[in-house]
Amino acid sequence: MYNSMVIGLAEAENADHLFHALADSTRREILALVLTGEHSVSDLARRFPISFAAVHKHVTVLERAGLVSKQRQGREQRVSGEVDRLREARRLLDDLETVWRERIERISALLADPPPTDAPPTHRPPAEPGTHRPAPLEEPHP
Amino acid sequence: MTVTTVEKDLEACTMTITTVFDAPVERVWQIWSDPRQLERWWGPPTYPATVVDHDLTPGGTVSYFMTGPEGDKHGGWWSVIAVAAPHRLEFDDGFGDTAGHANPDLPVMRIRVELSDAPDGTTQMRLETTFPSAQAMEQVLAMGMDEGMTAALGQIDPLLAA
Repeated sequence: MYNSMVIGLAEAENADHLFHALADSTRREILALVLTGEHSVSDLARRFPISFAAVHKHVTVLERAGLVSKQRQGREQRVSGEVDRLREARRLLDDLETVWRERIERISALLADPPPTDAPPTHRPPAEPGTHRPAPLEEPHP
Repeated sequence: MTVTTVEKDLEACTMTITTVFDAPVERVWQIWSDPRQLERWWGPPTYPATVVDHDLTPGGTVSYFMTGPEGDKHGGWWSVIAVAAPHRLEFDDGFGDTAGHANPDLPVMRIRVELSDAPDGTTQMRLETTFPSAQAMEQVLAMGMDEGMTAALGQIDPLLAA
């Protein structure tokens, strides 16, 4: 299975929105609050030294990224966090680390091979059978 | 045995991977500078990369596509910023079409590679990836290190693990 960070174009765009929303410390604090319980926008505004309008704007950015949802309740807007969406953000970041860890594994295997020559490649039998199976560098093509 | 550490620098908004290879610097440089060797590790075995252009000079372009199990092709490109063989390489890494044309709507990652001599003829490779939406990635990764958020995140972690 290959990961979405490198080839999932739609997901990459998706990730861009997510990370933009998460790039601001006030938004992250708002998100942390609403992930653990519903809050009204006015309640949030009381907790931050910024205007109601500014808090509302942050909530809108988070909502657009799918990280929070808003429900109108009478005269209030209740904001709650979308855990699945945050989980997705973490997964995308873990993917990036995984991509490079896998590449490093392949580089190590490549470096352990004899230096490439113009001669057709020859495959050596594993030096220590049974200890480990090196990752295949090339897929056989039918 | 490859030792790999991953570190996240909140200030610099980067993910840095450091690893040691059992080969001299000149040999490790080849995995970047030789397109045929690059093809052997850039894509996973199920999505092998084919390098089309490989101009590893400042302002140059490296373009490639990866071919999936269904024959699906996924293009990508590098825009080379700085090269100092065999020690340093810096490029933007982006998505594109199979002809190697950049897709400007998709995020681009800045990658800096540094190779340096390590004991016993080994090479340390330090690879720094800066995420497109700047701080974003780092700050997400750093959630939980952020003072004042630790308690709240303590409650979130079980949710994420669920």
